[in-house]
Amino acid sequence: MSSQTTVDKVAAGIGNYADDTAGASKIVNGFARKIFPDHWSFMLGEITLYSFVILLLTGTFLTFFYEPSAAETTYTGIYAPLAGQTVSEAYASSLRLSFDIRGGLLMRQVHHWAALVFVAATIVHMARVFFTGAFRKPRELNWVIGGVLALLAVFEGFTGYSLPDDLLSGTGIRIADAIILAVPVVGSYISFFLFGGEFPGQDFIPRFFTIHILLLPAVMLALIVVHLFFVVIHKHTQYPGPGRTEDNVVGFPLFPVYAAKAGGFFFIVFGVIALIAALFSINPIWAYGAYDPSPVTAGSQPDWYMGWLDGAVRLMPGWTEISAFGYTLSLNIFIPTTVIILFVMGALVAYPYLEQIATGDKREHHLLDRPRNAPTRTGLGVMAVTFYVLLWISGGNDIIAHIMQLSINDITRFLRVALFVLPAIAFVVTKRICLGLQRKDREKALHGRETGRIVRLPHGEFIEVHAPLSDLERWTLVQHEVQRPMEIEDRVDAGNPDTLYGRFQRRLSKFYFEDRVEPVTPAEVEAAHSHGELGSDEEHLAVGDKENAAIGTSQTLHG
Amino acid sequence: MSEIERAGDAHGQGPGTTLARGQGGVAEKFENPGLPEHRHRMGDTDPKAARRAERQVAILLVLSMIGSVLIVVSIIGVKYDGSFNQISLSTKAIGLSMFLSLFALGVGAVHWAKTLMPDDERIDYRHRQRGTTAERDQAVAILKEGTDESGIARRPLIRNTLIGAGVLFPIPAVFFFRDTGPLPGDDLSTTMWREGMYLTKDPEGGRIRASDLGLGSVVHVMPEGIEDQEEILNAKAKAAVLLMRLEPELLNPGSGREDWAVDGIVAYSKICTHMGCPVALYEQQTHHLLCPCHQSTFDVTRECKVIFGPAKRALPQLPIRVDAEGYLQAQSGFHEAVGPSFWERG
Ligand code: HEM
Ligand code: FES
Repeated sequence: MSSQTTVDKVAAGIGNYADDTAGASKIVNGFARKIFPDHWSFMLGEITLYSFVILLLTGTFLTFFYEPSAAETTYTGIYAPLAGQTVSEAYASSLRLSFDIRGGLLMRQVHHWAALVFVAATIVHMARVFFTGAFRKPRELNWVIGGVLALLAVFEGFTGYSLPDDLLSGTGIRIADAIILAVPVVGSYISFFLFGGEFPGQDFIPRFFTIHILLLPAVMLALIVVHLFFVVIHKHTQYPGPGRTEDNVVGFPLFPVYAAKAGGFFFIVFGVIALIAALFSINPIWAYGAYDPSPVTAGSQPDWYMGWLDGAVRLMPGWTEISAFGYTLSLNIFIPTTVIILFVMGALVAYPYLEQIATGDKREHHLLDRPRNAPTRTGLGVMAVTFYVLLWISGGNDIIAHIMQLSINDITRFLRVALFVLPAIAFVVTKRICLGLQRKDREKALHGRETGRIVRLPHGEFIEVHAPLSDLERWTLVQHEVQRPMEIEDRVDAGNPDTLYGRFQRRLSKFYFEDRVEPVTPAEVEAAHSHGELGSDEEHLAVGDKENAAIGTSQTLHG
Repeated sequence: MSEIERAGDAHGQGPGTTLARGQGGVAEKFENPGLPEHRHRMGDTDPKAARRAERQVAILLVLSMIGSVLIVVSIIGVKYDGSFNQISLSTKAIGLSMFLSLFALGVGAVHWAKTLMPDDERIDYRHRQRGTTAERDQAVAILKEGTDESGIARRPLIRNTLIGAGVLFPIPAVFFFRDTGPLPGDDLSTTMWREGMYLTKDPEGGRIRASDLGLGSVVHVMPEGIEDQEEILNAKAKAAVLLMRLEPELLNPGSGREDWAVDGIVAYSKICTHMGCPVALYEQQTHHLLCPCHQSTFDVTRECKVIFGPAKRALPQLPIRVDAEGYLQAQSGFHEAVGPSFWERG
C-alpha cells in the first residue's frame, strides 16, 4: 500500500465513492470490456449521434440570445441596409446574433451545418442498416425507432428553419400552412389551432420555438437513448468473415479502445463541422430581409432534406384538385405531402416484417448480409433511393431547366414519367448486378483469383492461371446461407399454405428468392479441382466456367 | 489463442449454420476457418516505432491546446465593430481555431488508439434475446400468479371499468388545446378588399392613376389603409394584388366579368392558388404569370387560368374601376377565396 502514488490514491477514492453510491464496480464489470466490431460503416450512426450532441450544445447557446416573438420592433442594429425597418423581435434578435454577438454568427452556422449533417447522416446510416440487413431479428424494433427518429429529425429541421422569421423561413411556413389546409375535413381547423388564427399571425414563432427546443429534442433524446440501449443489449452486428459467427462478436473493447476511438471521433466530427461553418456561410438571413407575404422569393430553395417533398409537389398535376358538393379536396397537395410521408413511414416501419414474411425466418441474425447476397432487398433499396433522388431532382426542376436551357414543362413531363419508370428499371438492373457479382464470387471460390498470367497448354489452348484462395479468403465468399423459395423448400416457420396469408407468403417468397445463385459447396470445389489440375502443383489452372450447372436455381436464370 | 479456437468452434451452434455432412464425407457447407492470425504492428515490436507514435499523439494534443488558446485570442482579440469584414474575420478566426482545437484532439485520440492500444481482436459471446424455455415458463408463471392475485380475471366489473377509465382519461387532453386558436369561420374566404377601396402601390404607397400605367407594365398593389390593420401580415397575406396593363383586345373576359377591367388594366390576386407563394414573375411577351415556388403558370389573357404546374384554380380577379379623378379602386371584394385551397372552400 505504501507504494501507491497520489494519483492511485485519488483514483481509488473516486472509484470507492462511485461504487458506494452508484454501484460503479458492477457497471464497469458489465460494460467496460464490451466488444464492438470495427467497420467504417458503423461510424455513420456515430456521426448522427455526434451531430445531434453538437446541435444540443450550439442550440443552447443560440437560445440565450434569440427572442421567440413576432412582436414588432424597429431594427437598430449595425446592419445598415435594414436600419430603421419594422421587423419582428425574432428577426431582429437573429440579426443581433449574427452581427453583434462575438462568435454568434459562427454558432448559427455551426448549428445549421450540424443540422444538415445530422439529417444526411441519419439517412445514410439508415441506408447502411437497410442494405446490410441489420434490421433483421432481433433488431426490428430498433429499426422502427430509427425510422421515427428520421421523421422527427426532418420536423426538427423544419421548425428550426422557421424561427429566424426571414423571407425564406416565412415562405417555408406559408407552404407548411398550405399543406395543413389541404388535409381533408379538418385542415382549416388544424391550421387555425396551430397558428392561433390566420396565417401567419403572432403565435407560431413562440409555439414553433417550444416545439423546436423542448418538445422534439426531448422526444428525440429519449428515443436515441433507447436506440443505443438496444445496440448494447443486442450487441452490434458484424460483417461476415473468418472467425465471425452468429454466436460471437469480434472486435475491440469499449475501454480503452472505443473510448479513445469514438471519443476522438466526436471531436473530429465537431472539428470538421466547425471548419465548414467557419468557411461557408449558410442561411444569410440579412440578405433575404424580414418576412413579408407579398415580395417575390425567386429561386427560393428549402433545406436539402425538404427537397424531395418540394419535388413531389411540383410533379403533381393540378387537375387532381377536386371540388364537389361544396367541398374541395386538394389531392394535388395532399398526396405529395401528407400521404407520401405517411406512405414512406409506413413502408419503412413495415419492411422488416414484410421480409420476415417472405423468408419465414424467425431466427436471430447478427452476421450482416453482403448486399449482393440479398439481391431482391438490395434492388428494392436502390429502387427507393432512385425514387427519392428523382423527387429531389424534381425539386430543382427550375434550376435544371435554367442550366440545361430546356423548357421546364418538358422536364416536368419527363420527370412525371421517369418517377415510375426509372425506379422499376433500377430494381431490375440492381438485382441483375447483384446476381452477377454473386456468380463472380462463385467463380473465384471455385477457381481462385485471376492472376493475369496467360499460359499456353501443350495442345495449343491459352488459359489464364488462377491462384488458389486460402481458406480465409474463400470463407467470405461462401459463408452465406441461400434462401430458396418456399415452393421448393418449405420452412418450419412458414404459415399454412392453404390460408390467404400462406398464399401471400409463398408469393412473396417467390418474388424474393426465385432468382438466386447458391454459394459454392466443398463438393463443388473438390470437383473443380480434380478436373482442373492440369499444371503446376502450386497453381490451379482452370478453363472458364463450364460448370454453370452449379449455379443453383429453381428455374433457369434469365440474364 | 484459446479464444480464437473457441470462435471457430462456436460456428455450427448458431441457428442456420448447422454443419450437415453430405454423402461421401464431403461437408455440405464450408467450415468457418476461425480468426486469422494476428499480425503485429510495427509499434508492437519496435520500441522506436512506438515512441514515434507516442510523440505524434503528443504533438497532436499540443496542437489542440494551441487551438484552444487561439479561440480565446480570436474572441477577445479580433476587433468586433460589426462591419462585414470584421464579422467575417472573426467568424473565420474563431472557427478555424475551433477546428484546430477539436480536430487535433480527436485525431490524437484516434491515433493513440490505433497505434498504441492493443489491436488484437477479442471475442464476446452472444446470447439469444429470447429466454430459455425455463426462463419463459418462469416469467409466464409469475405473470399468471400476479394476475390471479389481482383478481382481475375473476372480477369482470373491475376489468371493464378499468378499460373504460383507461380509454377515457386521455381524451380530455385534446380539449385543452381548444383555445390555441379561434375557429376558422369565413376568415379564409374573405380579404380586406371592399367596394370603393383604392388600389395603392406596394410598398411605397400612393393611389394609382389609370392613365399612368403604360402598356405592358406591372404594379404590385395593396389596398389603401393596409398599414393601419391590426395584423398587417395576415391582411397582406390575402390582399396582395398584381395590376397589369395589356391591349384590351387581348383580354378574354368571361360572362359577368366584362366590366372588371379598365382599358386593358386588370387586377388579380398575387397569392398563388397552389400553396400561397406570391406569384410575380410576369413575362410581358407571353402575358404569363409564373409562380417561383413550383412553377405554376397563369395566362393573364385567359383570366389567369392555370396553363402549367401543380395549381388547379385560376388566380381570383379583383373587379376594378376608376373614380372621377381617374384613380383605380375596387368595384367589390374578391368573389371567391384567394390563396391555397381548403376543404370548406367549395
Ligand atoms: C436520428 C438519429 C439516430 C441516431 C443518433 C442513431 C445512432 C445509432 C448508433 C450510434 C448506432 C450504432 C452504430 C451503427 O451501427 O452505425 C445505431 C445502430 C442502429 N441504428 Fe441508428 N441512429 C439514428 C437513426 C436511425 C434510423 C433512421 C434507423 C433506421 C430506420 C436506424 C436503425 C438502426 C439499427 C437497426 C441499428 C443497429 C445496427 C446494427 O447493430 O448493425 N437508426 N444507431
Ligand atoms: S405556390 Fe405557386 S406553384 Fe406552388
